[in-house]
Amino acid sequence: MSIVDPIAEGLARGWKVTDGATLTGDLSLSADVVIVGSGAGGGMTAERLAKAGLSVILVEEGALRSSRDFRLDEAKAYPELYQEAANRQTADKGITILQGRTVGGSTVVNWTSSFRTPPETLAYWRDWLGLKDLTDAALAPWFELAEQRLSVSDWQIEPNPNNSLLGKGCEALGISHGRVRRNVKGCWNLGYCGMGCPTNAKQSMLVTTIPDALDASARLLTRVRVERLLTSEDGSRVELVGAVALDATGIRPTGRMVTLRAKEIVLSAGAIGTPAILLRSQLKDPLRLTGTRTFLHPVCLSGAQFAERVEPFNGAPQTVYSDHFLRVDAIDGAVGYKLEVPPVHPMLAAVTLCGFGQRHAELMQTLPNMQVTLALLRDGFNPGSMGGKVVLRDDGTPVLDYPISDTLWDGIRRAWLTMAEVQFAAGAQSVLTMHELARPVKSWAEAKRQINNLPLKPVLARVVSAHVMGGAAMGPDEQSGVVNAFGQHWQVKNLTVIDGSVFPTSIGANPQLSVYAFALRAADALQKRMAGG
Amino acid sequence: MLTRRQLIKTGAVGAVALVAAAYLAGPAEERTVLGAQPLGFLTSHDMPIVRAIAPAMLGLAPGGANPSLDELVAGVDKAILALPIAVQQEVRELFDLLQNRWLRRWLAGVHSPWADVRPDEAAAFLARWQDGAFVLLRTGYQALHKLINAAWYGNPKSWAGIGYQQPARVMEVLP
Repeated sequence: MSIVDPIAEGLARGWKVTDGATLTGDLSLSADVVIVGSGAGGGMTAERLAKAGLSVILVEEGALRSSRDFRLDEAKAYPELYQEAANRQTADKGITILQGRTVGGSTVVNWTSSFRTPPETLAYWRDWLGLKDLTDAALAPWFELAEQRLSVSDWQIEPNPNNSLLGKGCEALGISHGRVRRNVKGCWNLGYCGMGCPTNAKQSMLVTTIPDALDASARLLTRVRVERLLTSEDGSRVELVGAVALDATGIRPTGRMVTLRAKEIVLSAGAIGTPAILLRSQLKDPLRLTGTRTFLHPVCLSGAQFAERVEPFNGAPQTVYSDHFLRVDAIDGAVGYKLEVPPVHPMLAAVTLCGFGQRHAELMQTLPNMQVTLALLRDGFNPGSMGGKVVLRDDGTPVLDYPISDTLWDGIRRAWLTMAEVQFAAGAQSVLTMHELARPVKSWAEAKRQINNLPLKPVLARVVSAHVMGGAAMGPDEQSGVVNAFGQHWQVKNLTVIDGSVFPTSIGANPQLSVYAFALRAADALQKRMAGG
Repeated sequence: MLTRRQLIKTGAVGAVALVAAAYLAGPAEERTVLGAQPLGFLTSHDMPIVRAIAPAMLGLAPGGANPSLDELVAGVDKAILALPIAVQQEVRELFDLLQNRWLRRWLAGVHSPWADVRPDEAAAFLARWQDGAFVLLRTGYQALHKLINAAWYGNPKSWAGIGYQQPARVMEVLP
């Protein structure tokens, strides 16, 4: 059988796609709407507005790839599909951030986990942050719409051993756990979601909303990086979007300028990219909220050796989870965490496993018998976990300054303990906490002793993130947020933020479905504003 | 400014200076490695650093069925070139620091020029920086750890050694 290539087919049908790397002169375009970024927020918005008959320009700094480029090859995928070649780091290099950078954004490389925004998160936003309209009932139709559009459904196939061992450990300890819903259609159960789906089963923006937007006459600019928005004299409207074309490596500007004009501007560049554009544009921001309260769901990890083969590189990556430790304390109490597992492939495993020399080589040789559990910490609720701040380097590129607070370190230590206990309960022969000074231990008692003595210092503990949220938060008024609950900028009236940067705390679950639902809701409101205006 | 030779010529002062110079003798200078062509990022001065550190970092011998040392150096070069310019500049600073013989001796604790460094001396350097007192040393170690491991385990030649292979049922039908 052969795999169809929906991108090649669309291009053959006459999609309007311009690759910035091939521009031989400056480019100037106008449309009803310019959308900056083609991930979860931009993709959803582009489809809705283009199908409503508006002229749409979608701008993406990454390149347009398709299933034929997805070769299950880490060395190819990370530089082509991720921000900073999957090596984006916080300012003190304490946290490594996985974020997509390609047409379709992170939805092309995520692990398909689809959770609605947890009710307790929405309740906190209503009760403590004044976002009164965000009730479960008001949001339910948007979740349903997103789930329908992206074929989110229960995963019927047996979890792979990496996941089932998490379930087994939880079961043995009487900890509640569940199955992850996924946005896939005809999934081959391969496990390579993080390198781009080679069979187009993952219902990412690349194979759903973006093709439909392009079929509805939207125009796509790739390898074009938006530098700044130029506003009217009083700062109340964006008049011009200034961008630069990037070369084929996607790293250096070619010198060609791209200038865009539109009635409405949508920023969907992700929770580091969007605040960066806002900051570079020096928009009105009297309380300097832009870029602050950026959250990561910091993730710590624990590896375990099993007698049986686990093959953590094969099979759907995330199918089992436990929310038990999100509910031990109040939402704003000691930081809670969600348990899941990551897929484990050679390159990412090798850079994530601590140590060097023979010890590291021996660990790598046990890869087929390795199980890895992760704990995703729910930041943004406890006053001691107020997130990081997006700042600009001298060259204007963004970096997230996110020091790990004592409140978070406390959560990390508890999560390490939990993961070791669960892994031993599942029958692990040994457990290795992902910290430079940790050594494999053979018992839960030994694990407790070691973990309680590990120094909590940045760069010694392995902390990663795949969920960047916040930085342009929704708020009920301009004192408390950068945008309103529909993403409209409080100061700049024809500017709407539609991506994960609008979340005022972390989500407390893998955020893709939250981004989709809020994007559909915001795009609908924008469409109505445009029809009324 | 006086050269050391001129100082020595000045009798008594010279005798003192001679002792001092012997005590404070500069660390061995880096040697020019013949035939090493610069790559896209790595210069002919950077490459001996990667070649000296990689076997100690990996705990494995390049060559044979494994990736060769040349392939590993090329992989590191490629990995650096995929990083944003600002991050490439940080990597440049790290290699410049390691190339400086004084900093190599006193910050990295490595006596020999990199081209002569044995695996045990390289491993001692890695251990010193892995848990270094300063975050600068720890991040320098992490950068080397990431680059070298990414270059090695991103290379399919390393996969048989860890019992990994891509799923045949899909590789066979890829376009």
